[in-house]
Amino acid sequence: MVKGTIKIDAKICKGCELCIIACPQNALALSPNFNDKGYRYVELISNVCTGCANCALVCPEAGITVYREPKPAKKPQVKVE
Amino acid sequence: MNEKLYLEDEENLGTQTEENYEQVYCRPNTLTDVPFHYCPGCGHSVVHKVLMEVVEEIGIQEEIIGVAPVGCSVFAYHYMNIDMQEAAHGRASAVATGIKRVLPEKYVFSYQGDGDLAAIGTAETIHTVNRGENILMVFINNGIYGMTGGQMAPTTLPGMVTSTSPYGRDVSMVGNPIKIADLLCLLPGAYYVTRQAVHNPNAVRKLKKAFMKAFEYQKQKKGTCFIEVVSNCPSGWKMTPVETIKYLEEKMFPAYPLGDLKVPKN
Repeated sequence: MVKGTIKIDAKICKGCELCIIACPQNALALSPNFNDKGYRYVELISNVCTGCANCALVCPEAGITVYREPKPAKKPQVKVE
Repeated sequence: MNEKLYLEDEENLGTQTEENYEQVYCRPNTLTDVPFHYCPGCGHSVVHKVLMEVVEEIGIQEEIIGVAPVGCSVFAYHYMNIDMQEAAHGRASAVATGIKRVLPEKYVFSYQGDGDLAAIGTAETIHTVNRGENILMVFINNGIYGMTGGQMAPTTLPGMVTSTSPYGRDVSMVGNPIKIADLLCLLPGAYYVTRQAVHNPNAVRKLKKAFMKAFEYQKQKKGTCFIEVVSNCPSGWKMTPVETIKYLEEKMFPAYPLGDLKVPKN
């Protein structure tokens, strides 16, 4: 399984929960805390994120940045040639 | 037990992100840093984001001019870091026509809601498409006048409760919802007409492809491209954003089926 993670800009999150229902891994949830605007913001609650970017695509605030581990380099094939 | 796990994860995630992981998705640079004023869960900001992603990917930030409407998206020029012009209510397509004729080498798009494009601006919309003006028209259809407090729009579904139709839209009194995109297909000037949505990640990807195609056709000077986006209005529909997604799938999409309505013949 590819590993990934996301960073959520809690300052601009409005807690609409669209990313929560879009996440295939159920790795997101609303925080018990509030941000400056008075919204409960979204948090990553486990490390099963695969970096699929579904949450970031549906995020209306464009506040999610997605990171993914790099693909393994194809070392053996290059050496054979 | 669980709390401890999360804490450990957070520590790991922080270090991994900075050292090993590569960034695969971020806020497009063509959006300004201003936070959107839209209600939580509104589809407008998703469309803004996707449009600006496409502009960034094609690399036409310097060559594109947008026309902002009157409606919820009246402040679109605060968020899109491109040249923009505000138009009078309903006249965005007419203003876009003028811009395109004066500056034919620029990419021009108009961005309108359903109260703007399908109600007060119906004449401008139909004649712009009929002339085959070489612009992209983006139409956000959420079946309601969102900005003014959720009144009934021409696109409101039969039986849908709004603040001016508290017993549901009465078809015998006010008629059936107008399907602008289907109407425009009949006109010879329309080159590419499609109806998309932003309710799930797959729909957002399809919308992005539609924008890509539309700008490609505009580059080739093919004619008017019309992209309707069936969207939600959590405040106007008096629902949570998650409930609006269900409503979209159950009620809106049967009335406004998604997909390409008119594609170029090869």
